[in-house]
Amino acid sequence: MFYILAYLVLLACCGMCLYRVGRGPTAPDRAMAIDILGIVVVCFTALLSLKTGQAFYMDIGISWAILSFIGSIALAKHLEGRGFDE
Amino acid sequence: MNSVIGMVFVVIGLAFNVLGCIGMIRLPDMYNRLQAATKCVTMGTSMVLIGVVIASGFSITAQLSVRCIICMAFILITAPTAAHALAHGAYSSGVKLWDKSVVNRYEEDFPKEPPKQEPE
Repeated sequence: MFYILAYLVLLACCGMCLYRVGRGPTAPDRAMAIDILGIVVVCFTALLSLKTGQAFYMDIGISWAILSFIGSIALAKHLEGRGFDE
Repeated sequence: MNSVIGMVFVVIGLAFNVLGCIGMIRLPDMYNRLQAATKCVTMGTSMVLIGVVIASGFSITAQLSVRCIICMAFILITAPTAAHALAHGAYSSGVKLWDKSVVNRYEEDFPKEPPKQEPE
């Protein structure tokens, strides 16, 4: 029961992030919301891993965090008008 | 007992997450939204990971605890970095501050260049 409530709360967080992705007036808003969504999903995988006792769900979380970070940096560099390696 | 303490940490972290996401919905400006969302969600996710470590019995040989600690360290390093890069990119791509903002220290230190030709 506790886990179901926690998953519903996290789904509400993901829904708010997706609302900002769809609604956001400017491009950096959408990039920021994608970044926040990546961090919330790490929370989700941690709770799922605690519930089921399987440690490999945390691997999904770690790789999701790394990919989200790289994507945010690339989008920020693009918004700034520079290439990825400058 | 460990499980109860871990669940308390998880609940506090979830509350931080929800408040950060509500701030991301409600605040008027891109920079305000970035500040609220990044700080609250980073703190909340770190607390949830600490709670998972405690509830899973925090032995250093357990795979789950080690992965949670690695992930928490990674998030604590990278989330402020990504937020800083996004704020800098947004400012230099020409996103306006809110109308009722009172001060802009960045513009005092680095006066604004003439606008670029391309719209975005």
